[in-house]
Parts: sequence; C-alpha cells; structure tokens
Amino acid sequence: MTSPLQQKLKVNGPVVVTANRLRDGAVVYRTADGTWTNTLAGAAVVTTAPAASELLTAALADKLRAVDAYVAPVRLTPEQEILPGNLRERIRAQGPTVALPGAA
Amino acid sequence: MYVYDDFDRTLVGERVREFRDQVGRRLSGELSEDEFKPLRLMNGVYLQLHAYMLRIAIPYGTLSSAQLRTLAHVARKYDRNYGHFTTRQNIQFNWIKLEQLPDATADLASAGLHGMQTSGNCVRNITTDQWAGVAPDEIEDARVWAELLRQHLTLHPEFSFLPRKFKIALTASAHDRAAVKVHDIGLRMHRNGAGEVGFEVMVGGGLGRTPFIAKTIKPFLPKRDLLSYIEAVLRTYNQYGRRDNIYKARIKILVHELGAEKFGREVEEEWQSIKDGALALDPAVVADIASRFKYPRYQTLADNPPELAKARAGDHRFRLWLDNSVSNHKAPGYAIVTLSLKPVGAPPGDTTAEQMDAIADLADRYSFGEIRVGHEQNLALPHVAQRDLLALWRELDAIGVATPNVNLISDIIACPGLDYCSLANARSVPVAEEITRRFKSLDLAHSLGRLHINISGCINACGHHHVGHIGILGVEKNGEEFYQVTIGGRADEQAELGAILGPAVPYGEIADVVEDLAAAYLELREGPDEIFLNTVKRVGVEPFKERVYAAR
Amino acid sequence: MLLVKGNRLVEDRFVRVLDDAPVPDGVPVLLPAARLIADAHELLQRDAPIGVIWPNDRKIAELEPLLDRLALVALVFPTFKDGRAYSQARLLRERYGFRGEMRATGQVLRDQLMFLQRAGFDAFEVTKQADVAKFAEAVARYSVFYQPTGDGRVSALRARLAHARPLRELPQAVQ
Repeated sequence: MTSPLQQKLKVNGPVVVTANRLRDGAVVYRTADGTWTNTLAGAAVVTTAPAASELLTAALADKLRAVDAYVAPVRLTPEQEILPGNLRERIRAQGPTVALPGAA
Repeated sequence: MYVYDDFDRTLVGERVREFRDQVGRRLSGELSEDEFKPLRLMNGVYLQLHAYMLRIAIPYGTLSSAQLRTLAHVARKYDRNYGHFTTRQNIQFNWIKLEQLPDATADLASAGLHGMQTSGNCVRNITTDQWAGVAPDEIEDARVWAELLRQHLTLHPEFSFLPRKFKIALTASAHDRAAVKVHDIGLRMHRNGAGEVGFEVMVGGGLGRTPFIAKTIKPFLPKRDLLSYIEAVLRTYNQYGRRDNIYKARIKILVHELGAEKFGREVEEEWQSIKDGALALDPAVVADIASRFKYPRYQTLADNPPELAKARAGDHRFRLWLDNSVSNHKAPGYAIVTLSLKPVGAPPGDTTAEQMDAIADLADRYSFGEIRVGHEQNLALPHVAQRDLLALWRELDAIGVATPNVNLISDIIACPGLDYCSLANARSVPVAEEITRRFKSLDLAHSLGRLHINISGCINACGHHHVGHIGILGVEKNGEEFYQVTIGGRADEQAELGAILGPAVPYGEIADVVEDLAAAYLELREGPDEIFLNTVKRVGVEPFKERVYAAR
Repeated sequence: MLLVKGNRLVEDRFVRVLDDAPVPDGVPVLLPAARLIADAHELLQRDAPIGVIWPNDRKIAELEPLLDRLALVALVFPTFKDGRAYSQARLLRERYGFRGEMRATGQVLRDQLMFLQRAGFDAFEVTKQADVAKFAEAVARYSVFYQPTGDGRVSALRARLAHARPLRELPQAVQ
C-alpha cells in the first residue's frame, strides 16, 4: 500500500485507472468511453502497460473532473466481476473497514 | 479563553472570501491542481482516500461551547455527523466536498473557527498543554504567548512558503503535557535565577522518518524577545532549510546537519539585528492580548465538599471515574474533568455531532462554557466545581464519554490510518479497536496502570508512535499489513524515542503482541507502583522481546 | 513578459544580458549575479542604470556593498512554493534599506501577490495574463495584518492600542 502516486508503471495483471473527483473528492474510475464512473463495475480494465499508460495519460489530461489519477490493480472473478486488487483499493471502493460513528 | 475582536473577525472573513475565489478558480480550471494544492493545504484541505478532509484549528486546544456547536453543525451539514480530534489539538472532518468548502468555511468563520495554516509548508496550529490556565503546577497561562505567536505567524508574508511544515508547542509546567521536545520549536516557560519568567527555546524536534528530540539553543529568552527570536529562527530556516528533498526539509535536519551550536549562532546573529525593532514586545501589547482572555469568576468553594465524599463512597462506578478522569485544579473546590473519547471498540478520538452538542450543553452548565482538546485525543471540561462532579458524571456517562480509562492501556492515540489516509501503509483504527476489546476489563486496565499506546499507519508518525510507551507503526510487506513495535518511548519533559522490540508482526497478531507485552510487564515489574515505562527502563528491551517472540 | 508596476502593465526598460554577452551602452541592463560580481568595478562605472538577478540560494548580504549603485534587484521564485526570496526581499528593504526597484521573477502568481508586496516587492514579472488584470484586486484582499513588515502598514497588535502610530521605523541594527 505504498502510495501508488509514486509508483512506476508496471502491469502484472488487470488494472484500472482511478482518481478522485475534483468537486467532491469521491473515488472514480476511468471508463472506456473517456469519462468517469463511481463504480468498479463500469471501469475500463486493461492488462498491458501500453494500454494502461494510454488510459492514464487520457485521465491525467482530464484535469477539470478528476485529480491524482493512477493505475490500480483489480482482480476478475470467473464471472468477470471486477473486484479491488488490494486492501487500499478495497477501502477506496467500499469505504473504511471500521464502523463510522454516528451513521447519518 | 481568547475572545475575537473585529480585527480577528475581519481577517478570517477576508480569508474566507479569498478561499471562495480560489475554489471557484479551481473548479473552473483557471487554477491547475498544482497551483491550487498549496492554497487549499494552507486552508487545511487535504485530498484523502474517499473525499477531501478538512482540518480545523483549535488554537491551543481551547473551544467555547458555541464553537463546539458550530463544529457539530458542520459535521451534520457538510460531513457524516462526526469529527475526529487529532494529536495536534485540531479536529478533522473526513467527508468534505470541495464545492461546499466555501460555505463550510464561512459557517466556521462565524464562530471564529478556521482551517488556516493547519496544513502546508507554513507554521501550523500552535499547541500547549490542554490544562493551561487551570493546572496547579503551571507558572502562568502559556496560551497568552501561544496567541501572540499565533497572530504573528498567521499569513506571515515571509514564512508562508517554508521548506516544510513547522510545528510549535509551549508548556508552562515542569511536567510537560504538550510534548514540546518533539516539535520544530519547543518553548518551556520557566523562572531564571532572578525569578523572572522566560522561555527555554528548543529546536529541531520531530517524529516521522527521522525522529529527533529537540535541542536547546537558548536556555532563557525573556518574554519581550519571543516574537523577534522566533522570527530569527524561522528566517534562518526559510533561507537554509533544504528544498531539494521533502524527506530532508524539516528544521530538524538542518539543525542536525549544522549542529545545534552552529544553528544557534546563526539564529543569534540574525536575532541581534532585529531584537530591538518592531517585534520587541512591549508590555502594553502583551497586556492587551492577555486582557482578551476571559477567565471564569470562580466561586469561593472548598476542596472535597461533603457531597463529593459521600458520592465517592456510595457509588463504585462513580469512584472509579473520579479517581481516573478527574484532576486537581488551581482554584480550590474545582476540578479538571477529562472526557475519554476512547470507548471500547470505537475509533479513538471520534465524536458524533450529537455528542458534541451534548458536551457543549454540559460545558455551559458545568464548565463556564469552555472545553479543551488534548493531543492525546480526549476532551476536557476545565472548570468544574467538585460538588457538581456526580451530576456531571451521570450525564457524561449517558453520552459515552466517561470510560474511566484515561492514561490507561485502552486510552490509545491513533492516526486515522489506511481507512482514511492516502499516505498510510496500514490500518490503525481497527488495531486500536481490537486492543481496547482485549483490555476492556477495567480491573485489568487499572492493574496495568499508566500505559500509553500510540499507533501510526505510516512513517509520517501522526500517531506519535516513536514516543509511545508502546509504539506501533504500520508498514507494508508484500501487500500485507505488518506492524513494527517499539517500547519505552515518552513524550514528556524526559522525552525519548522508543526502542524496536523485534521483527514486525502481521495484522492478525498485533493485538496478541500487546497482550504479551502486558503479561510480560506484570511478570517483570518490581511492584504495582512501577509503571510499564519504568520497567522497560530498568530491565531493557530484551526480557520483553524474549517473551513476546518466544512462540513466534 | 508581463511586468507589473504600480498595479499596471508597464514596459520593461531593462535589457536582460545573458552571462557572457557584451553589455550594451547607454541602456539600463539586468545582469546575472555572477557577471555583476565578477565585473563589478567596471560595470558600476557605467552611466546607465544597472540591475541584477540574484539567485535565491545565495546570501543577499553579499550584495550589500553594491546596493547604492543598483537601480534594480530581481529576486527569483523558481517555483512559487520556494519561499526563500521572501526573506531576501525583506532583508534588502528592511535591513539594508534598498530603495530601488525590487522585482519578483520566476513563477509569480496571483495568490502570492499580497505576500510579495508586503515583503517589499514593487515590480512583478507576472506569469499569467489573467493575473495582470486582477492585480489591483489581489493586493487589496486583506485589510488586517497581524505582523509588521517594511510596508508601513500598522499591525493589528499595534492598531488595537489607543495610539495607532504607523510603523515607519524600520528595524535598527543593534550597535
């Protein structure tokens, strides 16, 4: 969980590009049609470094909508469901692993 | 507590307007993220894992009930109904939206609250002992000097783009409750041989990647010279602090590389040119600021009134709390009440909006409308009449802030960790929660005595793990969470960094390790009067290491 | 290059001279620090005004002996986050009493203009066109200042006291 903002681009399996939405900081994922989605299910999944690089470059250029984009690992179930690929991404996708005080 | 005047209000209002403009320019794309980021940091706005985080300054940990209600309002309106009190006497909201921040900061400003300089490479919230003004052992109220410094260093044109963040803490008691020795500048108020009160100035303390204990460069600085001397330190740092490497940019590195003596001489040389200029504090200016601190009109009461003694004898739970969470006060018949924000199985330092409102009401009824925030992530009601303690306790108990575990093993200091923070390597909150569950028995916790556990989710050490009696540092190994344990650290006037116990252990074992350490302590201590820290001092790390790693 | 002085865009009358290039006669010139120091004796005999670009990692005290013959000192912000030149600026104005043009160069953005002005800069090589138009507004953002600098504004600490005398006295060196 070393901050992926410093990582070199190495792709060892399926990855997505993720960022935080500028206006509210929400976690978003880059889609295949050049926009952003709230859910992993809608994310573009790529498996090679060049593809990831291209996706990331487009994401980084989209500065008005999202910030601090980076490449994040995912894993695919046999049914092709996209799941977070490490604990940090799980927490980003699903929220803190602890109960929030005073749930709204 | 300090009461804002028109100058203070105007400045905060101008800041709110400026920030609204900056946010607008960022959202429209006129400002790039690179240009905007330092600006939002200087208003206390971080981008974290799930959302923006807003850090609000609570100068020297003092809040009015109106301010606490405003924090509750912000929690409800702009966040998810709770806030987190931090190790620097600030409060953090974790779910803030950038587009709502201009309104949130305007609401805060109406109560004299703001996030100015709670982040960024500038001087951060200046902290003191949360008992300042009421502690029996203090020389005088350090908050007056903290306020003079706060004003001087707010939006200071020369020092808003320092090499790195800068943290200042003050203490005015022999027993340092403000951890001054692990700050960039630590100021200890004390009397010299002639009976005058002044400051010992220590520089270069800090935790993080390369922890250091601060070094004294000025054993006695007269009050008059406080601003000019700090100016000289900052000017020296601004010019010579490293700018090439963010991990070597704190003043502690500069002091270490130059040596404290040489650094002190550089400061002295600069200071000689400015000490008698515009920054010399004349008594009128000091008196003016001091006059804005409103103190309660205490009644004339006796210590240990009969109703208190009776309550103590009559209610076992009340007695436990009284003996644990209530401390002596300067004024006879009064007490300082600590509110534990560390209930079993809950995130340390978190408070719901409902609790904040309830505590504000209790502050109005029992504490002259004032609340304190401690760096150990608990609150305090600083002006409670002893005869009111039973009634107060019942109400605190009802809202869940009366766990009698202050300073005990379950009174854990923890950063937000990987559940919230984009810098983290590992989680800290669930580790804290599990430890509190293991030690939920008050008998066990009391038998272990004073024992400070500090947990940080990464090397930035926001949980101050280096100076915990037991320090826990989250690290990452092959994508898994591991925890490095240190023991024997302390943050007070004898500040010391903890020593590594042994190899890091995985997430599933860290609570077991803490249990093993507790068991080892009970076995090794000379008697119940020897606290954990002193047992470690006496026997060293080895006996603990043996017992903890025997089966691992 | 967008030079702002007195809240408006002005022509830069100084010719920038690169390290080894010949120094043109009869025009104001802006020289790199190393060049000025190396050729000081010769250069300071010129009639036309001389300016220097002083790097932010070099002690400003070195410049002191030459100050009364300099018309312009340009200080550098390699990025706006590198605040060393703020200290240099204050020392130049308040310690050494420099009265010539003091220019901010490098990455000079709207949100630092207030700080720059308070530190004593009176000329700004503004990075963005849009910031030129907003210059006057940017330096009027605040009316309350907690700390004194050499800009003559009364600090809040002093203004609070009954007598709000302006801070025209600059810090004096102790004998």
